[in-house]
Amino acid sequence: MSDRPIKVLIAKPGLDGHDRGAKVLARGLRDEGFEVIYTGLRQTPEMIVTAALQEDVDVVGLSILSGAHMTLLPKITAGLKAEGLDDVLVTAGGIIPDDDIAALKAAGIAAVFGPGTTIARVAEFIRANVRSRAGA
Amino acid sequence: MTGGVSEPARSQAAKRGRDLAERARAGERRPLARLLTEVEDRTPTGEAALRILYPLAGAAHLVGVTGAPGSGKSTLVAALVGEARRDGRRVAVLAIDPSSPITGGAILGDRVRMQAHAGDRDVFIRSMASRGHAGGLAAATVAAAAVFDAVGFPLVFIETVGTGQAEVEVAAIADTTVVVQAPEMGDEVQAIKAGLLEVADLVVVNKGDRPGAHRAAAQLRAMLTVGRQNDRVAAESGRPRPKRPDVLLATALSGEGVPELLAALDRREAARRAATDDGEVDATRLIRARAQLHGILGERVRARLAEPALEADTALLVRAVADHELDPYAAADRALDLLAGRSRVG
Ligand code: B12
Ligand SMILES: Nc1nc2c(ncn2[C@@H]2O[C@H](COP(=O)(O)OP(=O)(O)O)[C@@H](O)[C@H]2O)c(=O)[nH]1
Ligand SMILES: [Mg+2]
Repeated sequence: MSDRPIKVLIAKPGLDGHDRGAKVLARGLRDEGFEVIYTGLRQTPEMIVTAALQEDVDVVGLSILSGAHMTLLPKITAGLKAEGLDDVLVTAGGIIPDDDIAALKAAGIAAVFGPGTTIARVAEFIRANVRSRAGA
Repeated sequence: MTGGVSEPARSQAAKRGRDLAERARAGERRPLARLLTEVEDRTPTGEAALRILYPLAGAAHLVGVTGAPGSGKSTLVAALVGEARRDGRRVAVLAIDPSSPITGGAILGDRVRMQAHAGDRDVFIRSMASRGHAGGLAAATVAAAAVFDAVGFPLVFIETVGTGQAEVEVAAIADTTVVVQAPEMGDEVQAIKAGLLEVADLVVVNKGDRPGAHRAAAQLRAMLTVGRQNDRVAAESGRPRPKRPDVLLATALSGEGVPELLAALDRREAARRAATDDGEVDATRLIRARAQLHGILGERVRARLAEPALEADTALLVRAVADHELDPYAAADRALDLLAGRSRVG
């Protein structure tokens, strides 16, 4: 069905305890009509990849404010690829310096959203870029 | 949903459904995940796969876990999964949370408590939003559980929020229904009002580490004993009797009481199996089958009435009811006549 809600996984990789942004995002996307799977704090790349796989999500959203994004995020995109999940839209947000964005995009992160991002913008980006089911 | 689907689309769905079913049965996780999506979305592909898988299902023990939010259902399921993994059983979990009736969105947060099993390829956890389907959550849940069953998970936990309305559905979905109660919500009268205790096969007082847990368990047991005495009277007068569940104490966080709970579940399943082997009819499975059949019938009828050949006549019937020219019962009878090709409305 084309009217099925888009499924989004919101995950917090690593030992980062800043979960306000992730929770704001989870609730905001729920209110935008998305089905949001929230896995909580301190997720290893393996946990995130497994959740994305089992839940058959359309989107993985990674929230990270700890500064460890350059090591963790590429591990996650590599893990997704290894499981054949390369058609999943991967986005990230939190505290990520502009200088790092190009490298993250090269690693498969479709877009990076910083502080002050509105939910509406995130929702719009997802709707515009999410995979279509039929081809998957 | 076969109604409005063209022939080539249908045969393509059949092919895709067969492919997903075969690969899921071979143990591939991604096709299983996709299959669950197809089933949840009630697509022709999902239907085609279910037609293959349903006859292969029936061996699994479906355990419903319900209770108030925060009582510890997810934590308890995670602990039960860990316990069942000790003897090597593959375990599946379906965790269901409500959708917003307004936006259709949902936050599915049960996985938070179950992430310890992420590295275990023999544990498969899937969240599902209730989506306010006509016929409720039962149809998609029962279908998803049948998929797990058919692809080789002998134990399937189904977590649902006990809202006080969905009890009957919960009880019909599972073979065994566990109602989880936390001591701080310990006013057992609440639980009775909610009707949840009536569908319980087992009651677990969780958070055994909290003060009042033992007391809550004792109160529940006492209450159920009084109930049993009433049952004798009821039996004599032939009135239906509610279930009289055992009450167990557990601490999901530490794992205390969890082996005993799994053992109780296993004993119940063994008894159920022995009874059906002796030719007894499994009343719970009958209720489930009836709910499935009725749900699909409703879906099929709606789809047929929406087909081009009947759409206009159906709209006329709806209009006539809206205008109070026809009562809805007569309209429904006419709609059935339409389906049987016996008459036109106009
Ligand atoms: C509040 C806060 C805390 C709270 C966190 C409470 C909580 N439960 O979340 C507390 C006090 C606990 C805390 C602790 C620490 N903090 Co602090 N904290 C902050 C602060 C001030 C605000 C963060 C916040 O909540 N913002 C509000 C939310 C809504 O915004 P957000 O998370 O940015 O999310 C938005 C966007 O980024 C985006 N987004 C976020 N994630 C995602 C994901 C996706 C997929 C998408 C699409 C979008 C998206 O959308 C959201 C909505 O707009 C920031 C500074 C800052 N200005 O960001 C520092 C900051 C993040 N903390 C910092 C540090 C260093 C720490 C500590 C290590 C110690 C310390 N010096 O205080 C500890 C470590 C805690 C831990 N265990 O990890 C540093 C991090 C430095 C770095 N990365 O290099 C910062 C940047 C402060 C600084 N300038 O030094 N912190
Ligand atoms: N003290 C204590 N807390 C528990 C126990 N089991 C679960 N909890 C906590 O209760 C809260 C709700 O648990 P959760 O499993 O999400 O409940 P659910 O909403 O019923 O699925 C969490 O903070 C758990 O850590 C327990 O045995 N003892
Ligand atoms: Mg839960």
